[in-house]
Amino acid sequence: MTRFSYADGIRQAIAEEMDRDPNVFVIGEDVGAAGGVFGVTKGLFEKYGADRLWDTPISEEAVIGAAIGAALLGARPIAEIMFGDFVTLAMDMIVNQAAKTHYMTGGRLSVPMVVRMVTGTGGSTSAQHSQSLESWFVHAPGLKVVTASSAEDAKGLLKSAIRDPDPVMFFEHKQLYGGRGGPAGDVVEVDPIPFGVGRVWREGTDVTVVTYLKTLEYTMKAVEALAEEGISCEVWDPRTLVPLDREGLRQSLAKTGRLVIAHEAPVRGGFGAEIAAFAAEECFESLRAPIIRVGGTNTPMPYAPVMEGFVVPGPERIANAIRRSVGRPPVVSSN
Amino acid sequence: MTDGRTTTRDDGLELFERMFLIRRFEERASQLRAAGLIPGFLHPCIGQEASAVGVCSALGPDDVLTSTHRGHGHMLARGADPARMYAELFARIEGYNHGKGGSLHMIDVDLGFLGANGIVGAGIPLATGAALQQKRRARGGVAVSFFGDGATNEGAFHESLNLATLWKLPALYVCENNLYGEFTRQDQHQVVKDVAQRAASYGLPGVIVDGNDALAVREVAREAVARARRGDGPTLIETKTYRHRGHFEGDMARYRPKGELEEWLAHDPLDVLSRRLLAEDVASDSDLDEVRAGVERRLDAAVEWATERAHPEPADALEDVYVDAMRGAALR
Repeated sequence: MTRFSYADGIRQAIAEEMDRDPNVFVIGEDVGAAGGVFGVTKGLFEKYGADRLWDTPISEEAVIGAAIGAALLGARPIAEIMFGDFVTLAMDMIVNQAAKTHYMTGGRLSVPMVVRMVTGTGGSTSAQHSQSLESWFVHAPGLKVVTASSAEDAKGLLKSAIRDPDPVMFFEHKQLYGGRGGPAGDVVEVDPIPFGVGRVWREGTDVTVVTYLKTLEYTMKAVEALAEEGISCEVWDPRTLVPLDREGLRQSLAKTGRLVIAHEAPVRGGFGAEIAAFAAEECFESLRAPIIRVGGTNTPMPYAPVMEGFVVPGPERIANAIRRSVGRPPVVSSN
Repeated sequence: MTDGRTTTRDDGLELFERMFLIRRFEERASQLRAAGLIPGFLHPCIGQEASAVGVCSALGPDDVLTSTHRGHGHMLARGADPARMYAELFARIEGYNHGKGGSLHMIDVDLGFLGANGIVGAGIPLATGAALQQKRRARGGVAVSFFGDGATNEGAFHESLNLATLWKLPALYVCENNLYGEFTRQDQHQVVKDVAQRAASYGLPGVIVDGNDALAVREVAREAVARARRGDGPTLIETKTYRHRGHFEGDMARYRPKGELEEWLAHDPLDVLSRRLLAEDVASDSDLDEVRAGVERRLDAAVEWATERAHPEPADALEDVYVDAMRGAALR
């Protein structure tokens, strides 16, 4: 049986791209000798050495700034922000510098950099280590935004991200890694996955559910249960939020006529709002029911497991949103 | 005048020409803005010319630079074309940034001038990254970051110096201490008098130099460049200087104590150099006049050329958001 984890996918993408292009290097806190806090870059330092994996001080702004500066001279850096929450310390470099460099210079310079970020809840990682900040970067023109929801997608999308000429914000959900410290899995061949092409995880006819990252797993659980209630769901993963596969989504909505969007990030101002607005503006004639968003509550992430479970939308909350979309009553769980 | 920093006629006049070019470029820009030709910000570097020219005259073709909101001098010192700079200030298509950047974002990729910057201190980490890539590609190139005293209170400065020394990067950190961070005098924004002291925290040399003496600046810059090229790591250079104008064009600088400007005008960098050239018989008054006249002719032509350039189309705003063809991405 093939063993191929999400972390394997990312590690293999980095290794294969480093083999292909000497300009590719990794930079970040504990990414080298330590193999990464989540073990994602484990073994790469031994193979590629210190010139390809740069262990940095805890200096997010300098890390991203250094990646940008090197990219301006032709490097293809992969910068890691250990917990995505810490990206706040590098926002000037990302938003005011990397995102705008190509534009401000009239197209004369570009920043082919990837910023890998560990996102989402990980089990009581609480308010400063659990956030889902992807929509912030969607709002900064010049950045591309990737959310990898499976091992294969992580590998294929990261390869494309590394080859991309623009700055790419690459979100990896910490619960998808598959545990730290386990043996490396098998090498699975995955071609680069083009940006702007969504993935249909399950075909269906009644409701389109747009989702990504860990919430995709919860959604798959929900829709399997709903199939037994006679509700047929199409599960659609955008894979890249920028660029967005608008045609793919349009086609799905033309088929189902109903839309539910589910993500872990707070609902307010989340990416679901963008999807909903697109559907309302451009697919209105397809819609037969109000659009429903399911997301994190508009709160910081609490520590207590029971509260965390309340904040993050799980299979039950997603299932009830889908039931509401097709006019069925919610099922209230015993807990 | 007997500090041994004598120079040749050609070299001395070339330095003087660059500095005079910067001075007159800025003075004319001020007038052109008043005449309505420049829509955006201007942060003139008048008074700081020796720092820019001194450092840039110590650099080679593989070296790269990042600059600041007060960046025209650095760019001209590096050899940029004043005509294309004016065209950018006038927001024309043939400006350095196709009219998308203006004063705050001007670049010249061919000269390794990686850009002015609208964010105080932001060029420092960028130069640090450029130095990292210079080190990786091992062609002996260095990266220079210019910034002011105000920027040394930003985290970017401290993070970058720490990283650069840790990795022995071939970098020059040039703090042009003009005594003001925007409207705030240095003694009101930091307790240290000499920014160079801050080098001690990160384990790199911190050198103080008269920033209005181009030859003195060049001497310390040459030493720092040589050190960087040898692989011995970065240097922090503090050039003590002064901006004759306000923070930006239109700022009357009423926050300055009486008499301060006059003191610095008596130590004008152009006079410092020209007096030395004359005193040492390296050049004559007529040599200097000839240089001045040549610069005026060049700037006349630059302004004329720039004024005749085409304006961009409004919808050109949609181009250059991404390198690859994300068709229509800017609209949706």
